[in-house]
Amino acid sequence: MNKLLELKSINAAYDDTLVLKDVDLVVKENDFVGIIGPNGGGKTTLLKVILGILKPISGEIHVNGSTIGYLPQINQVDKKFPISVRDVVLSGLMGVKKLFGRYSPENRKRANELMDQMGILHLKNKNIGELSGGQLQRVFLCRAIISDPQLLILDEPDTYVDSNFEGELYDILDQLNDHIAIVIVSHDVGTICSHVKTIACVNQTLCYHDSNIISQEQLKAYNCPIDLITHGEVPHRVLKHH
Amino acid sequence: MNSIFELFQYQFFNNAVFAAIMASITCGIIGSYIVARRIVFISGGITHASFGGIGIAWYMGLNPILGAALFGVLSAFGIEWLSKKTDVRQDSVIGILWALGMALGIIFIYMTPGYAPNLMSFLFGNILTVSSLDLFLLLGLSILTILVFAMFFKPILYVAFDEEFAKTQRIPVQFISYLMIALVALAIVLNIRVVGIILVISFLTIPQTIANMFTKDFKRMIFGSIGFGLLGSFIGLLVSYKINAPSGATIIFSFVMLFVIAKLVQLSLIAVRRREGVKEAK
Repeated sequence: MNKLLELKSINAAYDDTLVLKDVDLVVKENDFVGIIGPNGGGKTTLLKVILGILKPISGEIHVNGSTIGYLPQINQVDKKFPISVRDVVLSGLMGVKKLFGRYSPENRKRANELMDQMGILHLKNKNIGELSGGQLQRVFLCRAIISDPQLLILDEPDTYVDSNFEGELYDILDQLNDHIAIVIVSHDVGTICSHVKTIACVNQTLCYHDSNIISQEQLKAYNCPIDLITHGEVPHRVLKHH
Repeated sequence: MNSIFELFQYQFFNNAVFAAIMASITCGIIGSYIVARRIVFISGGITHASFGGIGIAWYMGLNPILGAALFGVLSAFGIEWLSKKTDVRQDSVIGILWALGMALGIIFIYMTPGYAPNLMSFLFGNILTVSSLDLFLLLGLSILTILVFAMFFKPILYVAFDEEFAKTQRIPVQFISYLMIALVALAIVLNIRVVGIILVISFLTIPQTIANMFTKDFKRMIFGSIGFGLLGSFIGLLVSYKINAPSGATIIFSFVMLFVIAKLVQLSLIAVRRREGVKEAK
């Protein structure tokens, strides 16, 4: 299997605070990796390093293939910005089009197809400020995958959306996973564990679990103060004593 | 009505009209970027910082606008650079640069021997006394701004909307940001002659805010701002001539009047739509 992404002994810091210590991670084709960990554990920092937004102080990053599709947290953008849904979706092509590129009719057709698939085609001329959280999330998902990336990275896509959309989102991701490797960060361990194939727990160091089942003992060992879930036909979670 | 056409016999009035057109174009484009990106306060900082450049150039016997341009662009780069460092509070830095520029300007102008007759025109602007160098610079800036926006419209829009995502797409975000902030500084400085330091920020924000009431599309917002800029500056120019008041002030006043009228129109449109909606619901 092809390696799409490889991180080797990454150390990353903000000023003098070390956030990631000696982190290794490999993402291969068809992977569906869930990244979990406590607040301040370095989840977002890890994404920033992978995406090339933050330069690590040491370590190697290898990205194979085309651009990486990225879905940021939706509160990261200005919802009153004068931009239409269609323009946001097409902006996912800027990595391919570079500075001077113009959109071809195929690009526009592809954008329409994606918006249709996600059920937001009727909103294409709307300003993003007129959308609900779930609709905006779909717009961003279209933007993330319009360039046909081999790797898709999602930063807490389940925040600010209702559980109804959350279910739909994971259905969409399951379909996408047929041809795209996915890395997803979430604080909602219960939901992600029932969808991802493998789990990585980040708390300064990274611990990779080669399955989507983790035990309370493992969590303790890696110092992860989070809820534990167990798997079955119906996913349910067991909370710690309190 | 006849008297308006008679005005065109005068060179100074033709110059003023030309300056108003150039100011509407540059401010319409750059102002839309400023309003969309919410960098009005940064722009205010650059405006006042550039007064330091005016003072220093005056003291050294150079062209004040060129001094202001250099000072303005450098302080714009300084703000942009500092804002990339997460540990610096950008608004505090702007506050410091804002005051420093004004202080330097005043110190150097007072240290210059002799009388400084044009000082008021820098603070409040006078479109009726723009020189041919000012017009030439404004024309150059208009062409440059139009070219940059025509070539890089999409990357400019996308970087302004979501810088982090643009970085993940390997777009030269830094290049675009510095290019844009330099254009912002130049637009501010060159329009100082038209409306003055104190008022230039309104030329960069009021027509844009009016346009933004009626469209949420960035491109239409630019064209709308240019239109409202032209309308407001012509009304202001005529009022300035009629009542013999500084043109900068009358232009800005007519912008605010346009804003009030536009707000009333917008509110009544919403009321009409709501009433129709209620009717349909029944």
